[in-house]
Amino acid sequence: MVLYALKRVVFTLPILLGVAIVCFALVHLAPGDPLVSVLPPDATQSLKEQMMALYGFDRPYYEQFARWIARVVQGDLGTSIRTGRPVVLEVSKAIGNTFMLAAVATVIGFMLGTLFGFVAGYFRDTWLDKTASALSVFGVSVPHYWLGMVLVIIFAATLGWLPPTGAGPGGSEDWKWNWEHVRHLVLPAVTMSVIPMGIIARTVRALVAETLSQEFIVGLRAKGLSEFGVFQHVVKNAAPTALAVMGIQLGYLLGGSILIETVFAWPGSGLLLNDAIFQRDLPLLQGTILVLALFFVVLNLAVDVMQTALDPRIQRT
Amino acid sequence: MDEPILEIEDLRVTFTGGAKPVRAVDGVDLSLRRGEVVALLGESGSGKSVTLRSVLRLHQENKTKIEGRITAAGIDVMALQGAALADFRGKHVSMIFQEPMLVLDPVYSVGQQIIEAICKHENIAADEARKRVLHLFERVRIPSPERRLAAYPHEMSGGMRQRAMIALALSCHPKILLADEPTTALDATVQVQILLLLRELQRELGLSMIFVTHDISVGVEVADRIAVMYAGRIVEIGSVRDVIRAPRHPYTIGLLSTRAHGGRLTGNRLPAIAGSPPDLANLPPGCAFAPRCGLASSQCAASTPPALSVKEGQIVRCFRVDATAKVSA
Repeated sequence: MVLYALKRVVFTLPILLGVAIVCFALVHLAPGDPLVSVLPPDATQSLKEQMMALYGFDRPYYEQFARWIARVVQGDLGTSIRTGRPVVLEVSKAIGNTFMLAAVATVIGFMLGTLFGFVAGYFRDTWLDKTASALSVFGVSVPHYWLGMVLVIIFAATLGWLPPTGAGPGGSEDWKWNWEHVRHLVLPAVTMSVIPMGIIARTVRALVAETLSQEFIVGLRAKGLSEFGVFQHVVKNAAPTALAVMGIQLGYLLGGSILIETVFAWPGSGLLLNDAIFQRDLPLLQGTILVLALFFVVLNLAVDVMQTALDPRIQRT
Repeated sequence: MDEPILEIEDLRVTFTGGAKPVRAVDGVDLSLRRGEVVALLGESGSGKSVTLRSVLRLHQENKTKIEGRITAAGIDVMALQGAALADFRGKHVSMIFQEPMLVLDPVYSVGQQIIEAICKHENIAADEARKRVLHLFERVRIPSPERRLAAYPHEMSGGMRQRAMIALALSCHPKILLADEPTTALDATVQVQILLLLRELQRELGLSMIFVTHDISVGVEVADRIAVMYAGRIVEIGSVRDVIRAPRHPYTIGLLSTRAHGGRLTGNRLPAIAGSPPDLANLPPGCAFAPRCGLASSQCAASTPPALSVKEGQIVRCFRVDATAKVSA
């Protein structure tokens, strides 16, 4: 088991390298000059060359890449062109905020999704199933930025129960886990939880229905297990696939949603990406994407290892 | 010895899930004495497995209508509900299935699954249960039982899985064992081993057993009595000796003549019963076998033949028993 986990970790190395190459290439694949946002439009050729040399853009690509990797490994993602602050600082702050949002959305979405999925799977073709399935289809198909705005209109503008935007009186700099701050989380977290809720509900429903239709359920009943005993078997059979889907969904949530964070002006990684793109802040964009991609890789690794621990049919060597 | 441990009276099972209700079992009476083995013989769709599963009430409640009476080990099975039904299953009556690969949970080790059953029915420490499983594994002759305990179903061979299934079925000392074609999915050589093992265990433990099969020779091998099913009814029942030597229902006669004997002359065609079994959702009014029967008269198509005792312990549902007496003699 430990050996298997180690092996998986080694296998992620080439993926990490690929991720790094793509992130690095972004700067050069993007149309226009990487320095276009730094230099005034009427900059002289000599100033341009001077700046190119300063940022190292005059060197061959492989040398630039090697230097960049060397810095990244040491935790230096460069400096934001817009704010002049280290990218690492900007990204870690934004990701912290996104994680907060993602954690709440995960709890809501995964719990409701699993609940709806089990109810629908167990009571297939009854009104309970139809209601739960309708809710999950709604969750998957509704555009969430639209849902966000509708929720703002209802709960912030009309009813005035919750704040429409922002991260509380202290902003993200001075976050506290009190109601004054947490109420700012409610609307974006609910909006964000809707998609994973729908996807997980549909997956779990299909898994539960499939497991229940298998012959071994009859076998479990025949040996005298109670319905709760059978339920435990259903859970363990459905868990590996459900976990894989949850892992991917968690990845999406942790990556932050550009649209939702923009609608609610939540200072997370999505909003940061949005700003970086529109202001052509390439080091910031590069760094944010790299960090988010790393999360995906690590998360998939964790899901992989967990699945193997749960399902003995997956090879463990 | 003569007191029945399992009594099925006028069992009728109708599946109501589809567009048209399907009557899979239509008035089955069967009693099983202590220590007796009855083979339930019939082709696919004759209702033998449905009858067997009814004893444990394993059909989906909302899609099945079960009528009749079933008394097993003194318990009125049809009256059981919820927890009482779960307590009954596996403790008084247990079952082995055709395909153990499908019936065992793939994500639990075989040992865990048997220990789970023991702990469900008996107030016993897991360690104690484990010892019993080891003992059972030795009993069903699973080599290196200690290691097999931790194996998952997919890591075992077909014969090994069926042995583990038998160990599971016997783990709570049931009085009645229901075997649903336990050897059908196995290799011919393994089939014989499992049959011998089952017969040996049945005798040693004094189990009463219903053995469902579509293979007459298997039935002859294990059973004291044979019941032949056709289209949801038992058309003939009697001791193995009587049914094999002097079958009185045309269907039984047909079945026996289709058996390939080693001594049969080469080049001869294997006889077959003409036609195919009837659609259970659309049964003919009289005897279900009449359309395929060479001896059928107008009476056969008009009404259902009653159960007729042709000999001590041999009962046949046929109007033409006089004619069949000549054929089988």
